[in-house]
Amino acid sequence: MSQRHPFILILILGLSIIVLLYGCSDVAEMTEVGTQIAQDSGAITDDEAESIRRTSKAFEKTQQELTPEQEYYVGRAVVATVLQSYQPLDQPQANDYLNLLGQSLAVFSDCPETFGGYHFLLLDSDEVNAFAAPGGLILVTRGMLRCCENEDELAAVLAHEICHVSMKHGLQAIKQGRMTEALTILAAESAKQFGDEELATLTREFEASVGDIVMTLTTSGYSRGQEREADGAAVALLRRAGYPEAAILAMLSRMNERLVDSGGLGFAKTHPSAKSRADSLSSTVSSAEFVPDAARKERFSAAMQSILAGG
Amino acid sequence: MKVKVLAVLLVLCAGITFAASMSVQVKTSKLRSTPSQLGRIVATVKYGDVIQVESSKRGWYAVKTADGKKGWLHESVLSSKPIAMRAGTTDAAVGVSTDEVALAGKGFNEQVEAKMKADKSLDFTWVDRMIAFDISSDQIVAFRSQGNLPGGEQ
Repeated sequence: MSQRHPFILILILGLSIIVLLYGCSDVAEMTEVGTQIAQDSGAITDDEAESIRRTSKAFEKTQQELTPEQEYYVGRAVVATVLQSYQPLDQPQANDYLNLLGQSLAVFSDCPETFGGYHFLLLDSDEVNAFAAPGGLILVTRGMLRCCENEDELAAVLAHEICHVSMKHGLQAIKQGRMTEALTILAAESAKQFGDEELATLTREFEASVGDIVMTLTTSGYSRGQEREADGAAVALLRRAGYPEAAILAMLSRMNERLVDSGGLGFAKTHPSAKSRADSLSSTVSSAEFVPDAARKERFSAAMQSILAGG
Repeated sequence: MKVKVLAVLLVLCAGITFAASMSVQVKTSKLRSTPSQLGRIVATVKYGDVIQVESSKRGWYAVKTADGKKGWLHESVLSSKPIAMRAGTTDAAVGVSTDEVALAGKGFNEQVEAKMKADKSLDFTWVDRMIAFDISSDQIVAFRSQGNLPGGEQ
């Protein structure tokens, strides 16, 4: 192995020089190649390789990927479209509390900062449902709120939605090939306002992309794999934020009861059954039991009192 | 062992040489004194600001702003591509286009949203109200402390 080290060093040095000479567009790829070689040969450990990959992560963005600002505008249009079918719940105290809780969880997310930040809104609907639009705009129905008996369980709902955002599940709902024409125009566009024709094309593609996402959120649902991913990441997020992981199981159990009564609407239509979600989490969650913290339980009841009444 | 250290340094150099200058890709963010979303705020940075990156640690960059302020920014705040701003605006709605410039703000922006609003009569009133729900890190720290949640740091 030791005889191979000089070769690796020369190779890595060579790659560094190529990068220096030819600019940064392929730095991520170059760094990945160098890292992989060094890792495979045993010159660096897996942990070191992971650390190097993280360093180069910022370079991985390609022009084919939406920037955080574009993601923000997609998310705004998704919410505006969803709000054509659902009424917002105009309850400042409850929405303030929801945002305090949600934003205090989002800081522990893998993607704590988006272009416009994470924001939460209650919907005036008895359907058990929640929607996470790209960029961090999250909608939660009154029906979903009623599946939560305390702050810890609501934290589990919000953590699941935050993880859909940080994992960019919404953007993945945009059909492949949808962006090709838009990205061609964008790449060619110079420093001026778009012409009418270009604007019309962009708007058409934008609407179609937003349509794909809304369809996934409200009708077809994410894949089971994505839901499992969001649940697993939500457990990790709850743990980092100091909430009891078992809250997610308690919430899923109550949701299961309510969904059975809902006749397959809302969440039941777009999500795997609450019971199967709880079953796949049973090995991830460290304990199945939890006692909700009294102070958190009290502030949850105070903020949500008027909404939960009659539930 | 020395060879191993050198190898790590060299690979890192390939990345960091060009990470030296990065742009803020979110509307606004806070420079923190420690690599934590709840660390003390040193300064505010805004979209398009060019930042010098000095080192990185578990998803955070140690950076220096144009006016010399030092602190930490999460990696989700920064882009390796410069962001061109349209003259006289704070929005990069239509930026200068070269291969080196991020597509940020180009395309899916206010101009497209305005057209969609007109064509589809989409109402953004509640979207704007939602975005106005803003919570400061002091409020988060107080909320966590009142709720008996351990630690205020990540």
